Amino acid sequence: MARVVVDVMLKPEILDPQGQAVQRALPRLGFDGVSDVRQGKRFELEVDGPVDDAALARIHDLAESFLANTVIEDFTVKVEEMVGEEK
Amino acid sequence: MTARIGVVTFPGSLDDRDTQRAIRLAGAEPVALWHKDKDLKQVDAVVLPGGFSYGDYLRAGAISRFSPVMESVIEQAKSGMPVLGICNGFQILTEAHLLPGAMLGNNHLHFICRDQKLRVENADTAWTVDYDADQEIHIPLKNMDGRYVADEHTLDELEAEGRVVFRYLDFNPNGSLRDIAGITNAAGNVVGLMPHPEHAVEPLIGSGRTDGLPFFTSILKKLVNV
Repeated sequence: MARVVVDVMLKPEILDPQGQAVQRALPRLGFDGVSDVRQGKRFELEVDGPVDDAALARIHDLAESFLANTVIEDFTVKVEEMVGEEK
Repeated sequence: MTARIGVVTFPGSLDDRDTQRAIRLAGAEPVALWHKDKDLKQVDAVVLPGGFSYGDYLRAGAISRFSPVMESVIEQAKSGMPVLGICNGFQILTEAHLLPGAMLGNNHLHFICRDQKLRVENADTAWTVDYDADQEIHIPLKNMDGRYVADEHTLDELEAEGRVVFRYLDFNPNGSLRDIAGITNAAGNVVGLMPHPEHAVEPLIGSGRTDGLPFFTSILKKLVNV
């Protein structure tokens, strides 16, 4: 079994009011020096069987058609190493 | 014979009954459609109603877009069947790529509920022929994810082709780009908008006006005259 992580972020040109609200709260918490915050989504997929090129291609399709809306979002797919297990 | 207009109920739909009622008041026959059922029961048109289908999980409309009924709606819409998406229905239509762009959370991060002034900019679609071009109407608006976004090229194309059907007047309630409240596809059979015409069909309720009723008389006129 392996874990595949899909990160989804709003495209840079898309306004992110949630990220802005987080950024504006930081100085109140005494946390200075952060000029911008953008909030995204992380999906952790526990995949049965080997994560070979074919499996990754299917996950890429899934991310592109469902997990992300590519009109407004970018995504990345990466395989997370499992400690003590062969990849 | 009157027109048969389907209204889809998804898990989390809220306004399916109001929409059926609006259709009946306009003189057409509402037909209840179920999200798990591919069968459109030979309706002449379909309305995707407002609500929070699938709890707006992932993105508003993202999960509904893959429901069995949507397979048939997408196929039929592409061959010209009139489809109207109201609020959550509009979100489903953008997620299904039947309409360009996408819907995001309101820029002020609050749910909003108000009587909204709109301008009808395209009175030629299947759902707006009973309005006059540039007519100003008031209908209720209530949403969390009403911010319409698309890239500049798409926005320019929509404007150039007259596909911005409704624009917010006086106040932009959600940060929608270019004050866009509703759009249509190139063929003019698919229309989506955030405000709720089905809540403005009787003087007693909604905005106290009947400014939403022409949506439903438009489609009846369109279908009966075919």
